[in-house]
Amino acid sequence: MDHDIFYLGGTVLAILVIASVIGAVMAQRVTTDKARATVANLNARTRSWWIMAAVFGTTLVLGSVFTTVLFACLSFLAMREFITLNKTERADHEVLFWAFFVIIPLHYLLVGIRWYGLFTIFIPVYAFAFIPFRRVLSGETKNFLASTAKIQWALLVCVYAVSHMPMILALPLKGYEGQNAKLLFFFVLTVQLSDVMQYVWGKTCGRRPVAPHVSPSKTWEGTIGGIGTTVLVSSCLWWATPFTPLQAGMMALLICAAGFFGGLVMSAIKRDLGAKDWGNTIAGHGGFMDRIDSLCFAAPLFFHLCGFYFGTGIDPRPPEWVLHWLGK
Amino acid sequence: MTRRILAAGLRLLTGVRRLHESPHGDGPAVFFANHSSHLDFAVAWAALPAELRERTSPAAAHDYWSKTKLRQWIATQLFQSVLIERLHITRENNPITPLIDCLDRGRSVLIFPEGTRRGDGEVGEFKAGLYHIARNRPEIPLVPVQLENLNRLMPKGTYAFVPLIAQAHFRAPIRLLEGETKADFLSRARAALLNDEHLTQ
Repeated sequence: MDHDIFYLGGTVLAILVIASVIGAVMAQRVTTDKARATVANLNARTRSWWIMAAVFGTTLVLGSVFTTVLFACLSFLAMREFITLNKTERADHEVLFWAFFVIIPLHYLLVGIRWYGLFTIFIPVYAFAFIPFRRVLSGETKNFLASTAKIQWALLVCVYAVSHMPMILALPLKGYEGQNAKLLFFFVLTVQLSDVMQYVWGKTCGRRPVAPHVSPSKTWEGTIGGIGTTVLVSSCLWWATPFTPLQAGMMALLICAAGFFGGLVMSAIKRDLGAKDWGNTIAGHGGFMDRIDSLCFAAPLFFHLCGFYFGTGIDPRPPEWVLHWLGK
Repeated sequence: MTRRILAAGLRLLTGVRRLHESPHGDGPAVFFANHSSHLDFAVAWAALPAELRERTSPAAAHDYWSKTKLRQWIATQLFQSVLIERLHITRENNPITPLIDCLDRGRSVLIFPEGTRRGDGEVGEFKAGLYHIARNRPEIPLVPVQLENLNRLMPKGTYAFVPLIAQAHFRAPIRLLEGETKADFLSRARAALLNDEHLTQ
């Protein structure tokens, strides 16, 4: 562990202190009820950010086991919200039991023991087949494809995609051995900063909506301003990554774009289900899914691009002790 | 203490939020909820504020909850339930009597006026029990509790638990009106639980 991670932490700390001070000043100054509600929501968001940053930072410093457990919990909570809102049926009950209590733990076990080969196909191959197999045993044919697809989607988005974040810790990168925690930090910081900046730009000078039917609060001004600012900040953090400043900026742009579309896609699903937020657990933000929707689609993309351009090849074979245990 | 930990654990498991204050003010009340899962009584109970929870007895079916020593301990010691008769109802064995006794001792009760669990997540017609309690103790507020999603957490016919998010909505208390018939009262109570404004006038 080098000192860079503490500098990254310091950057976040500085941003949070500035946000808290601005929030406190604004709370003193606002006069209208509407503005007061906006500032109250902003301050609730900032307070939640302090907690989320503290939890993420602490687990990252504590090491990869804690980080893996943190993301496993996130996957569990996100899928809980996703399935609660997506009305499943009685015939899905046993399938869901397997998905929550067997598939999620097994998948994160693979992350934990760094068995990359099985990690990458466990959900797309084995879970993909198991879900319709178990569902067909219930004997119910009504909504068969819709139900199966909901659960497969839930696993892909909430579990498979999210688990690529802790897997970044196991990605071998040229000249960057043992420093991957910083890369994960860079990724999460970029996506979340992009969300925050899009919100700030959108609230201050947002005029023209990007997709009024899907997400009325997303505007061109907010999106362009937010992504622009984030790309600028993230390229200034190149020293913590295996990238040059230009590469860091390009990566940030890609992550922001994927995050933007991820957020839109999850909004479209929410709207179809007639909900505004996925839950109400995190004050000011909504549910866990509301906080990680933009991470979901960006995480596997970032993981594979890093591996492709900067990686030295990740070993797909099972760990030694598994081979030994299998008698090979 | 054990009960507080149990309630917190149940809320964590089912995602139910705790009320911050009593939904009806002071004194005993009758909480009545829709019934679709074995978890219903535990979840509605866990959603109450701690002091009120200590003074609330969920009604539990005698035939089920006194079958084994463990079940009996869970029902009577852990949840402080009132066991009521469902099967052999006689004048001496009237299921309403222990509930009234409980209210007279200053404790609140939690009942399921549908009488049994529904399998489809709908709310069935109410049986007469709620009406008889209201007629015998007209001064006691009746608090509707709408339980949502519990048939998806643990539906009838399985013990497999799926950790979705359940909700307990406590509605405004109702009372039996002067001269209201049994049928009118029961359908009004059901509408109040479903929060259906068209039916509650």
